[in-house]
Order: sequence, then structure tokens, then C-alpha cells
Amino acid sequence: MLEERQETPEQQHASGGGHAAGHPSPKEYVRIGLILAVLTAIEVAVAYTDISHAILIPTLFFLAIVKFALVVLWFMHLKFDDKRYARFFVIGLSGAAILYLVVLISFRAFS
Amino acid sequence: MADVAVAHGQGEHPETTTGLPHTKLAMWLFLASECLLFGALISTYVLYRGRSVEGPFPHDVFDIPYTSVSAFVLLASSLTMVLALSAAQEGDKGRTRLWLLATAVLGMVFVGGQVYEFTVFYNEGLKLSTNLFGTTFYVLTGFHGVHVTVGILMLLSLVGLSYAERLPADPSFPIEMVGLYWHFVDIVWIVIFTVVYLVPTPNPGPPGA
Amino acid sequence: MATVTTTTRRREGILRRPTATTGFTSWFTTIDHKKIGILYGATAFVFFLVGGLEALLIRVQLAEPNGTLLNPAQYNQIFTMHGITMIFLFVMPMAAAFFNYFIPLMIGARDVAFPRLNAYSYWVFLLGGLFLYSSFFLGGAPNCGWFCYAPNSTTDPSIGPSFYAIGLIITGIASTAGAVNLAVTVINLRAPGMSLFRLPVFVWMGLVVQLLLAFSLPIITVALFQLLFDREFGTHFYDPTAGGDPVLWQQLFWLFGHPEVYVLILPAFGIFSEVLPVFSRKPLFGYQFVVFSGIAIGFIGFGVWAHHMFAVGLGPVANTAFGITTAIIAIPTGVKIFNWMGTMHRGDIRFTTAMLFTIGGIAMFVIGGLSGVTHAIVPSDYQQTDTYYIVAHFHYVIFGGGVFAFFSALFYWWPKVFGRTLSERLGIAEFVLMLIGFNLTFGPMHILGLEGMIRRTYTYPDSLGLTMWNQVATVGAFLIALSILVFIVNLVVTYVKPRPSAAEVADPWDARTLEWLTTSPPPVYNFEEIPTVHALDEFWHRKYVEDERTGRLVPAQAGAAEAHDDGHAGGHAIHMPSPSFWPLVAALGMPLIGYGVLFSWWLVGLGVIVALTGFYGWALEPSVAED
Repeated sequence: MLEERQETPEQQHASGGGHAAGHPSPKEYVRIGLILAVLTAIEVAVAYTDISHAILIPTLFFLAIVKFALVVLWFMHLKFDDKRYARFFVIGLSGAAILYLVVLISFRAFS
Repeated sequence: MADVAVAHGQGEHPETTTGLPHTKLAMWLFLASECLLFGALISTYVLYRGRSVEGPFPHDVFDIPYTSVSAFVLLASSLTMVLALSAAQEGDKGRTRLWLLATAVLGMVFVGGQVYEFTVFYNEGLKLSTNLFGTTFYVLTGFHGVHVTVGILMLLSLVGLSYAERLPADPSFPIEMVGLYWHFVDIVWIVIFTVVYLVPTPNPGPPGA
Repeated sequence: MATVTTTTRRREGILRRPTATTGFTSWFTTIDHKKIGILYGATAFVFFLVGGLEALLIRVQLAEPNGTLLNPAQYNQIFTMHGITMIFLFVMPMAAAFFNYFIPLMIGARDVAFPRLNAYSYWVFLLGGLFLYSSFFLGGAPNCGWFCYAPNSTTDPSIGPSFYAIGLIITGIASTAGAVNLAVTVINLRAPGMSLFRLPVFVWMGLVVQLLLAFSLPIITVALFQLLFDREFGTHFYDPTAGGDPVLWQQLFWLFGHPEVYVLILPAFGIFSEVLPVFSRKPLFGYQFVVFSGIAIGFIGFGVWAHHMFAVGLGPVANTAFGITTAIIAIPTGVKIFNWMGTMHRGDIRFTTAMLFTIGGIAMFVIGGLSGVTHAIVPSDYQQTDTYYIVAHFHYVIFGGGVFAFFSALFYWWPKVFGRTLSERLGIAEFVLMLIGFNLTFGPMHILGLEGMIRRTYTYPDSLGLTMWNQVATVGAFLIALSILVFIVNLVVTYVKPRPSAAEVADPWDARTLEWLTTSPPPVYNFEEIPTVHALDEFWHRKYVEDERTGRLVPAQAGAAEAHDDGHAGGHAIHMPSPSFWPLVAALGMPLIGYGVLFSWWLVGLGVIVALTGFYGWALEPSVAED
């Protein structure tokens, strides 16, 4: 049933591989979760305002990027893990961003 | 030394050149490749935004408050996912199962919410074939929804295996792997929610109209 | 002699876990990278023959003006399937064959990172290829060209383009799984001391190829789904009447398609980089340059895709930008060629069949590369695009470079894989025939293209003056066919001969890399003891040391080899993962889903159930023995 077991550092290390020291506690995770919720609320509120698109769109993107980063760095643990995982992900993410930006520009999607 | 070419099993990882477990490396490479997949779908949506020749158009059908609830639900599921992993790392089987189940349930609520949303849009005249908006919207969110569904299957499988005592004594590694996939599906939604729902669509019509 | 135990676990239920590693059924349950490599190679070779027959049909049809062998509809299917077969069902899987077989051996590992995933990749590939070919019997094969441009593909009433979309989605899944598998293998399963810069170039090129695949396949997957949906579900992705843009297909396709051509040629570059040093008895010249240029080609390869679209109307800015990047990518390629020449320079050259195919391959590739440079110049490409000049270019690089490299690799590595050496005399005959036939076939196509012969048309009129070179090309094609026949005869002759002794085939070429350290063929666990690596070309350094006085290479002392390894005493048990039928079961779901989308939703449901059953069986099946 409910097993209470204190994990030794070695066991913790074995279970994840590539963990650095510094593991957010459940409380910190909840805190991040609340920040995410608040950011989402702000996003929706901002979307309903009447501000010009020139401000609205960068703001929405900024908020989305912050949420994205919070989930990736904390929930997905990239901030604390071996840098090599991040390398793969960054290559994929930035590659996608650059390639598709070029495609959209060539279609004059932004003009 | 590495004379065991065997894939990992019970919470113990065979020695690897980098010291990183195979599966975690593979999962991150896979997620990196998925960025290219969703990038293409999102770019197609962005390219065709505002170019539908006929309606319904986004502002005709979108219910932002409704979808915002969906967004909260999925974000909450990421939190429960990470709590499940924490519980697993502390060896608390009961709470692990609870949080995993919660994540799955939240995921199901999300998918259910999407199905309902699609049904409403469909009844309002937005089908796959109606216009560019229908085409790009349903396919993008549909691909995402399928990914969520696969995630739910994996979560429920973990719960089931846990109850059947078929998970390793320390199940944190498989849970972590499923968690990485789940969080990825969440961050894709963060982008979709902003790009599709919140960023306003310019006046409808083909370019130059 | 180490004892090998395969894990024998009984499944709870009806079906027993397979345990045999020999015998006919073992080929269906194998997860051994070597057997999977052989499966890939044999399958790819069969598809090569089929694609070759399609080529002969094309050449007979085009030998004379107003040919009547094939009507336009048939011709479109034949040339489309020729392209799809050669690219997706021959070159890519043949490269996979060599990567699968040799990467673990060359890095001193016992298998790949995910053996069952490896088997899954193979079965999905095979089933995807069969799915594609079943189209001939189920309404019509893909007929839209291997690049299947919209809106032709979205509006074509034949079922062919739908088979195209689904078939390539399926084979794409196989390649993606393989890419993740091999990339993790190279990164994570290297023997002690095998740093990244002691990897053989073949392995480096393999790593770059897997990363290219991992990042480019998702793009075409989306394009294919969009194509499929336009055809089957009425979407408008490429539909101009609804505001869509067919050029989006081209963008997404070539975003994949250009990295794809480097996927096709980098394995060849890797093979050249292994064969040249062995048969020049010299280390590869400029190893680091060769490695870095391979990485550069992979990277820049993502930046040139729109050079396939110069005539689409993207505008002068886009065309110029891509013209520049395309010219730039010639630089790292040139770097490799100079390094290969440097390897041969003042080497002790042995003109074996493997060496001939490598030298010939590099030469043919250079010719193709030169025409490629002319394509990079945008106004010049306006003249060349969609003509036979392009056909000449890509056959010179893919066939001249890639296929010649494969034959080089076959002759080089055959002893290691099969414990027999192919006949050198027949090999040289094949090489000469193929070299002449190849140049007769594709050389004239440069001229035909510049004289205005356009691509993808089933015939041409008499008055255009294209007849003579077309006839020459057709003769050349039959010479190529003859050379392949010579190869097949070689296979037969080799097997009829008595088997050579183990000592004769362990290291027949006096080679340099770790796969030659073990027996031919290798045991299932590859190495008695995992070697410890101290240098690039580790095996060579175990055989030869530099004499202190003369600086010449002399054989190392016999006992020195044992001192190299960290020395686990022999006789310990090596645990190898067990065979499994779940990867095959999981793979079977794919074509079922594919047929289901085209013919019946019930099949989709069945396919999903079969695939899920396979995946669950696989996930729940342990690969670690219970003691």
C-alpha cells in the first residue's frame, strides 16, 4: 500500500539519470503552477482589451514564451538536468522557428 | 565495460558513454523532432490566417472563456504530472497513482472539451472542408488532440500497471518519460492557444481583398 | 570463450517468447542489429532490381520518338515509382543496412540502443514498401512524380497520390524510429576510449544522417497528411480556389527534400572515407576536416531548399539568398574531395573492386557536383530546371556517387558479414560495365536537357533532334543492367565456392577499424571483450607500430593486442536481449491503418488495435533476465 521510503542520493540519481543537484519541491511546483494560471488569466484579459495590435500581439507572444519557458525549464526539469538534453531540444525548437519564419516571409505572410 | 547491451529495466541504468540513460536522450531527440512537426502545422495555420474566402471565421465561432478553461485544465495537468513524479521519487505509491490518475482525468476533460467545442463549431457550419479556417484549425488542433489522447493512454497504462504491481519498485523513470511527453503536449497547447485563439484574425478574405 | 545466454522468459498466456537465434522463423523475431542489417540490405537490393526494371521500361519507351510501350498514364506511374523506389526503398534502406550492421561494430558495442525498435523500423519499412507497390493492383500506383506537386496531386482522380501520401508516412515512421535509435547508439554506446573524434568517419556521417532525418521527416509528414486530407477529406491546404496555395506543398516538401538528398549521399561519403585509407594503406587525410565538413553539409543542407523552386516565382530576394547558400554548400563538399585525394596521394594503392567503385564513385559524384554548381546560378537554372539536365545531375550524384559507394561497401564488407569474399574478377568486370553503361546513360542527358528535352513526358516528337542521344542512353541502361547481372552471378559463384577459413576472412584487406577486430561473421555478441580504444583507427594501431629507428610501420608484437583491453577474463556470461515478435505485430498495424483510410474505416480500427497490441506486448515484455 502506501510505502514510505527515503531515497538515498544514489537512488535518486539512478532514477533519473543526468539530474544535477537542486530539485524543486512539490511546493515550488505548485507555485509555478499558480504563476502559469495567473499568466494565462492575464493573457485572456489582455486579449479582450482594445489596445492596438502592435502592442497586443507582442504582449501575447511574450506571455506565451514565459509560460513555455516555465514548463520547459521547471516542469520538464531542463534547468536542472544535463545540458545535453537541452541541446537537442534547442536545436529542434530554434531550427523550427527559423525555417518556418523563412517560409512565412517568402509567402509575404507578414506584409 | 559496457558488456550489457540491454535496454534499461528496473530503475537501474546500464552504463552509457555519456552517463545519460538511452531513453531520456531518445525522448528529448523525439520531442525536438516534434517541434518541426507542430511548427509546420502552426505555420500553415498562420499562413492561411485571414485568407478564408468564405465564413464562418474565427470571431464567429470562438468562445474564448470556454477555451481558456481548457487551457487552465491542461496547465493544471502538467502540475499534477510533476507532482506524480515527485511522489514516485519519494516512493509514495498511493500518491503517485493519485496524481497520475488526476493528470489523465484532466487530460480527458481537455479532450472532452475539445470534442464538445468541435461539435459546436460543426453545428455552426464550420467543417473541415468549409474553408481554410476549418481546414487549418481542425487539423492543427486535431493533431494536438491525438497527441493528448496518446498521452492519456500512457498515463492510464502507468496507473493500471501500478495497481497490477507490474511497475518497477522505483517507477520514477518511466513516469518521468511519460511526463516529458505530457509537458511537451502542454507547451504546444500554450503556443496554439495564443496563436490560434488569442491573436486576433485580420479582416477575413484572401490577401489584397 | 564467453557463454552467451539469451533471456528466456515465458509470457503469461498463450504465446511463448521466442528464443531461437537461428533458423527461418528467427528472421521474423530477430532483434540482432546484424540480422536486421542483412534484412534491410536484401530487401533494398530487391527493390533496386524492381526500380531498375522500371528504369528499363522508361528507357525503352524513350528510345524512339512516339514510343508505344507505355501510354501516358502508365508512364507516369512507372517513372514515379522508379523515383520513389530508388530513393525511399533502395538508397535509404541500403544505407540503413550498413549503418545497422556496422555502427555498433565500429564503436565497439554489442547492439544498438533499442534493439526491438530497430526490428520495428525494418518491418515498418518493408510493409510500407509493399503497401506502395500494392497500389499497382488496387487502383493505380502513384503517378505524380516522386515529389508529387500540388495541385496536380490533390486533384488527380486516380488513387495513386493517396497511396503515395500514406506509403511515405509509413516509411517515414520507420526512418524516424531508426534515426532516434542510431543517434542514441552513436552518442551513448561507444566503447571506452572511443571519443567522438576517434569515431570512424562512416559513423560520423551516420550520426549526421540520423539527425537530418529526425529533423526533416516531420516536415514532410505534415505535408503528406495535408495532401492526404485534401484528397480524402475535402480540406483546402493546397487548393487555390479556397485561398490555399499549392506552393506551400513545394516549400514543405523541399524543406524535407533537400536534407533528404544529403541523407542519400552522406553514407556514400562515409564509405569512401573508410575504403580509401584501407586500400591506400594510409590514414584518412584531414580526418577532422572531413568530419566537420560533413557536419557543415548537414547543417547548411537545411538552408538551401528553395533552390528546387527557383522558377516558381518566389522573387529575386529569395532566389538570390538560396542561390548563395547553395553555392556555399559546395565548399565543404569540395573539402572532402580534396581530403580524399590527399589520402590517396603517395599511398600504396591496391585497385580492388571496392577501391575501384570508390574512386569511380568519387569521380562520378564530382561530375554531378559540377552540374550542381551550374544549378546554383539562378539564371542558368531557369534554363536547366525541369529538363533532362537536372535528371543527369541527380543521377550522377545519387547513382554515380551513392550506388557506386554501395557496391564499394558490398565488396569491402562482404567478407565481414558473410565470411566469404566476392570474386574480384567478376567485380572488376561489373565495375567496368557499370562505369561505361552509367556514363552512356546519363552523360548524354546533359546534352538532351540543354537541347530542350523536358522531364516527365512519356515521349517526344521526331522533329526535335533528341532521338540519337536517347538511343545511346537506352543502350547504356542495358549495359547497367548487364553489370547488375554480373553482380548476381558473382553472388552465386561466391556461394558455390568452398568456404574460406576463418583466418582468411577475419581481416582480408588489412583494414583499420574495429569491425575487423572480431571474427567474420561476428558472433551474436560482436566482441569477446569490448575493446578499449586508444586512438583513431584503433585496430590498425593494434596491428602496427612505428619502428623507432626507421619510422616505418612494423607489425606489433603478437601479445600486445591483449594488453590493450581492460581485461575482463573470458568465460563470463554475456547477456544479449532476446528475440521478440512484438515489433512485427506492432508494425502490421501500419498498413492496416493505411488500407483502412483508403477503403474501410473498420480496417483503421483493426489496425489501431493490432498496433496497440504490439506496442503493449512489447512494453510489457522484459528485456532483462530475471535471475
